[in-house]
Amino acid sequence: MKTIRIQADDFDAGAECTALRTGRLQTGALVSFTGIVRSDDGLSALTLEHYPGMTEREIARHVDEAQKRWPILGATVIHRIGRLVPGDNIVLVAVASSHRKAAFEAAEFLIDYLKTRAPFWKREQRGSTIEWLEAKDSDASAAARWYPP
Amino acid sequence: MKILYFAWVRQRIGKSEEDIALTQETATVADLIALLAGRGGGYAEAFEDPSRIRAAVNQDHVRFDAKLANADEVAFFPPVTGG
Repeated sequence: MKTIRIQADDFDAGAECTALRTGRLQTGALVSFTGIVRSDDGLSALTLEHYPGMTEREIARHVDEAQKRWPILGATVIHRIGRLVPGDNIVLVAVASSHRKAAFEAAEFLIDYLKTRAPFWKREQRGSTIEWLEAKDSDASAAARWYPP
Repeated sequence: MKILYFAWVRQRIGKSEEDIALTQETATVADLIALLAGRGGGYAEAFEDPSRIRAAVNQDHVRFDAKLANADEVAFFPPVTGG
């Protein structure tokens, strides 16, 4: 079970987690990560754009990779686009598995890869200044640890 | 071949997509970058530091030595910042 959605609308993390486990009685662990717009040094809004088509493909590829690496029963990835303000949800990654280790690891793998491979770009607004966010080295190294040399 | 631009690459160039015919001079992504940068103006500005640019061919991430022979869609964009 694989659910991938890119949407402007908000999501209900609780409802998505319930949907992911419903009817799957082998589920013994459900891990979810919700990314939220943080009120960083005067940030008033974030605007997200994406590459339609490639984004969905890139996320699906990593969900497939997670399914190969860990015995997971399902995964849900939802990413919002458009204008968001501090306190808004940005992203949900939820993974269901029989045991917690696979669910924790697969969820972490998915969010690390989403941050470094899925084609989204953030613009930050502070007062009247709007700037594109620069990619972080710490995100690249977080993702790199899943593919040891 | 369709060329797409995203984020500040799109802003500097001033358009989100265009069609470009492949020639013998544009065998790879790097060749295409050189061709576009050579147009000057916003293109030169967008491609002034290729280390800040990422590319995709047919919606897969590629390196700049990737061949364009079977490319229907090429995209240029900054390193991604989602999540």
